[in-house]
Amino acid sequence: MQSEVKFAGFGGQGILLSAKILAHAALDEGHEVVWIPSYGPEMRGGTAYCTVVIGDRPIGSPIIKNPMHLIAMNRPSLEKFAPTVRPGGIILINANLIPIGSGRDDVTDLVVPVNDLAATAGNLRAANLVALAAFVARSGIVAFETLRHCVAEEFAGKPGALAVNLVALEKGREAAEG
Amino acid sequence: MGKILMKGNEAIGEAAIRAGCLNYFAYPITPQSEVAEYLAKRMPEVGGVFLQGESEVAVGYMLFGAAGAGERVFTTSSSPGISLMSEAISYIAAAQLPVVFVNIMRGGPGLGGILPSQGDYFQATKGGGHGDYRLLVLAPASVQETAEMVMMAFPLAEKYRNPVMILGDGLIGQMMEPVEFPDHLRTAPSDKSSWATSGMATRGSGRRNLVKSLFLDPDALNNQNLLLKSKYDRMRCEEVRYEAYNLDGDYQVLIVSYGTMSRVCRTAVDNLKAQGMEVGLLRPQTLFPFPLEAVRTAAGRPSCKSVISIEMSMGQMVEDVERAVCGIRPVHWYGKCGGDVPTPEEVMEAVRDLMADGR
Repeated sequence: MQSEVKFAGFGGQGILLSAKILAHAALDEGHEVVWIPSYGPEMRGGTAYCTVVIGDRPIGSPIIKNPMHLIAMNRPSLEKFAPTVRPGGIILINANLIPIGSGRDDVTDLVVPVNDLAATAGNLRAANLVALAAFVARSGIVAFETLRHCVAEEFAGKPGALAVNLVALEKGREAAEG
Repeated sequence: MGKILMKGNEAIGEAAIRAGCLNYFAYPITPQSEVAEYLAKRMPEVGGVFLQGESEVAVGYMLFGAAGAGERVFTTSSSPGISLMSEAISYIAAAQLPVVFVNIMRGGPGLGGILPSQGDYFQATKGGGHGDYRLLVLAPASVQETAEMVMMAFPLAEKYRNPVMILGDGLIGQMMEPVEFPDHLRTAPSDKSSWATSGMATRGSGRRNLVKSLFLDPDALNNQNLLLKSKYDRMRCEEVRYEAYNLDGDYQVLIVSYGTMSRVCRTAVDNLKAQGMEVGLLRPQTLFPFPLEAVRTAAGRPSCKSVISIEMSMGQMVEDVERAVCGIRPVHWYGKCGGDVPTPEEVMEAVRDLMADGR
């Protein structure tokens, strides 16, 4: 089985980092994994996207046209990529910046006010981790405990940021389970 | 040390250090600038040197000088930067110096674009600089293989006293995958005392070593070229590497593809198999020497009706595939080179078209 998660938003929203943390968690659980950023001219225009491919056998094509899931942090990302998600996938929608849904009935919209929740956790910049936590909690793509462990490793040298991010993870999980 | 997640570009830097190379000269260019970023931090930690040249032309001759003095040295660049180094590459090959070059290809010609491409196949395998020289060219398809090939490249360059090139593409440099390095550092360089200009006092042989590429006497120059040719012939015998995928079935079409493109082809082969179509895939891991015999044997399988070279270029490797197949099967080409890597679906369509036409 192979699953792909596309992370999309604008530069500065921590797209590449949250994707890397998911890739790290999948690796810790013994899966094959590839993290593929966009580095083309479009990123000079401010949009960023990144795909994580998780599989149980060596991953062939790193080029993914139709991901299983999408984490959309801003409206242009949702509009651009929602139609590409495979049926049965999850689309996480950042409700603070996206006033619309995916418009599809064959995927699950997971609508979370990630910016508000990050602010509650103590730092707006943790919005990427709120979104990642909500997605992981809903999809079960990796164990939540693995995610927590990887965030702790990622921010090991920054105790202040780590504390905020751990709260952000809980906020995301509550939102997905609530 | 277990598996860690790394970008291809970072893995190149770490692999060079693990191979005992402590000299890195470079000039930044997308999509491989992370190598310089990584080594600017890492080299001082291990007592090595990262020196940013004022241009790729300058970098080429810094490599020439350091290699001539017997140091392990390497550089990384991307297509236009390699063009600028090509004069020095010819001199380095002529002077028989071991240098490792990494080309993380982007689209061309000219400034082209910054997205992945395989448009430098000719430049890498057929020259780029002037004169009769060859590079030993390794083509990785994953971050792990990139690291392994970088570590392999230094001993190979020293074995042949010839430049070795790692030919990757933008995606190989930019993507992250798990990679595992050997625990021990491989620091032992080969004995260079017979040729390196490392200082007579350090050698104690009482004999001058001379690094040069000028041979004005026609017989001497011819002999020099024969000597170089004998090394390239030895590479053709000893260094051919390739990977076979689904080549033991009764495939109707044989794909030849390398690097990132070969991974897309592997997925296409799997998908076509699930639909009841058998397709073989041969992935050259060395582009020079090219696996001529292996391609010819695979093409000659009775079930095989045609061969297709799939590459992110307008048809470069296909000429070596034709040379290998020698007319026993029709040889086709499919590719794209604006920077959009062909998808598995596009590869499947190209292969299905061949089957449908009975070509």
